[in-house]
Amino acid sequence: MAPSNPRRIDQGRVVTFSFEGQTVRACEGESVAAALTAAGIRDFRNSIVSGQPRGIYCMMGACFDCLVEIDGVPNRQACMTEVQEGMFVRRQAGAVEVKA
Amino acid sequence: MNTEIVDLLIVGAGPAGMAAAVEAAKAGLSVAVLDEQPRPGGQIYRNVETAGATRDKVLGPEYVAGRSLADSFRQSGVRYMPGALVWNIGTDMMVDYSLGGHSSQIQAANVLAATGALERPVPMPGWTLPGVTTVGALQILLKSAGLVQPDAVLVGSGPLLWLVAQQMVAAGMPPKAIVENTPRGRVLEALKYVPRALRARSYLLKGLAMIRRVRRAGVPIYRHATALRVEGKDRAEALRFRAGGKLHRIESGNIALHQGVIPNQQITRLLRAEHFWDEAQKCFRPKLDDDGQSTAKGLYVAGDGGGITGAASAALEGRLVALGIAGRMGHPVAADRIARLRVVLARDAAVRPLLETLYAPAPEILSPADDVTICRCEEITAGTIRETVRLGAPGPNQVKSLLRTGMGPCQGRVCGLAVSCLIAETRKQSPQVTDYYRIRPPLKPLPLTELAAFEPAPDTPEVIEK
Repeated sequence: MAPSNPRRIDQGRVVTFSFEGQTVRACEGESVAAALTAAGIRDFRNSIVSGQPRGIYCMMGACFDCLVEIDGVPNRQACMTEVQEGMFVRRQAGAVEVKA
Repeated sequence: MNTEIVDLLIVGAGPAGMAAAVEAAKAGLSVAVLDEQPRPGGQIYRNVETAGATRDKVLGPEYVAGRSLADSFRQSGVRYMPGALVWNIGTDMMVDYSLGGHSSQIQAANVLAATGALERPVPMPGWTLPGVTTVGALQILLKSAGLVQPDAVLVGSGPLLWLVAQQMVAAGMPPKAIVENTPRGRVLEALKYVPRALRARSYLLKGLAMIRRVRRAGVPIYRHATALRVEGKDRAEALRFRAGGKLHRIESGNIALHQGVIPNQQITRLLRAEHFWDEAQKCFRPKLDDDGQSTAKGLYVAGDGGGITGAASAALEGRLVALGIAGRMGHPVAADRIARLRVVLARDAAVRPLLETLYAPAPEILSPADDVTICRCEEITAGTIRETVRLGAPGPNQVKSLLRTGMGPCQGRVCGLAVSCLIAETRKQSPQVTDYYRIRPPLKPLPLTELAAFEPAPDTPEVIEK
């Protein structure tokens, strides 16, 4: 059973960004985590030990489960980052490798 | 390079931080307020400045009341630095912070940690699946983005659970079910605190009204639930539990957990302030004197970070701490006003023993089964922690060294209390003895490039007189 997506009770100015190559419509002022949640995207990354899917948990910057790569920078807390027009967001698979 | 100097540096722009800033500025202190969020309000008044009419109606008058505090804060003339992450504080109250990808320092004479509360961990099978969040997260989705989940199941206990349920009803999307896990007998246990709670009866009346509104909306409510588990392969699909002598399964992709909130200890632990285990609140609290000062000289605490007392008390505590500091720094403050604030604060606290008793965490949550993940970051189970303690690990820091619990990016914000309680249970001791993780800087992960570019002031030989 596919879970139903959240509903918006109001609308703001539209901001678009991309997640894994697909365009996501968000509202100005909301976090990347909220925008992805609104778009029905639940899994943001795979956990570092067992590769299990993880998504939002606390929405307040405490749990670090919502880590995504934003504009090439990994380990960004999606719930603490406001959407910007043209952001390039990608999932994280496991622990981030340090590029030489 | 000259380091900025302030009389009072406040970490956190929630009710305690905002109220303290307003009072401190009025009293003549130089004040800096650093907060990670882009706008003031903390969690309880999150986004209150830009909420809009629809959210105001859904979130209710108490939320909206935070707007005037935010306005006063904006007009107070303090140096407000949104988006600033405090990542270290020295014993001399030198504060290291990151803003816009760049780290700097402020030398404070006094620091007020007003960083509020965190959700108590609610470990159960399946709690790490996507789709499982805290109840607080649902409220933040509502406050910060106007989003409501249509099939949410709220699980656990506490006033926040009922408040969010009511807010969802007001938004036209009531929860699919409420599964309360308050053990039987709690109401009886809590009855003796009712007379005291009547001194703050507005809380009780509001609480009962919330519950009534949720019931009237026809939300199914299950009580005294046990054997809670979330089912699902790659995402939450259902909640299973036992209630009323029957087994239940509720299908849902959105399961929200709550077992109360606990003080955020990151800053007080960083500065090695003394804490005590509060058996009534079932959490650690920093030892504070009458002025709100911790045992770390110069570090003050106001709001939920000192012990869970709610938004109204948070603002009162913030004001009292600020006035006290101002007075001791030689600025004139009105003694009768301070006395009045203390009276209101005492009255506001009258409801706490009732709530603490009624909504104390359930035994099943404090003592999860062996296969339940406790440290979400490093994926360590309760059984592994218990085994390690039985093999001789005496406390949370040794368990951390051996298993990596608490070494993940959350630095114990989620697992800390659960790990301490598990160790205490296995060693058959009070958590007061077990204590908690040692917290080290940086308080949140920083890019190495930023640290490399950071130019801290050379160690100052003199400490600023208070």
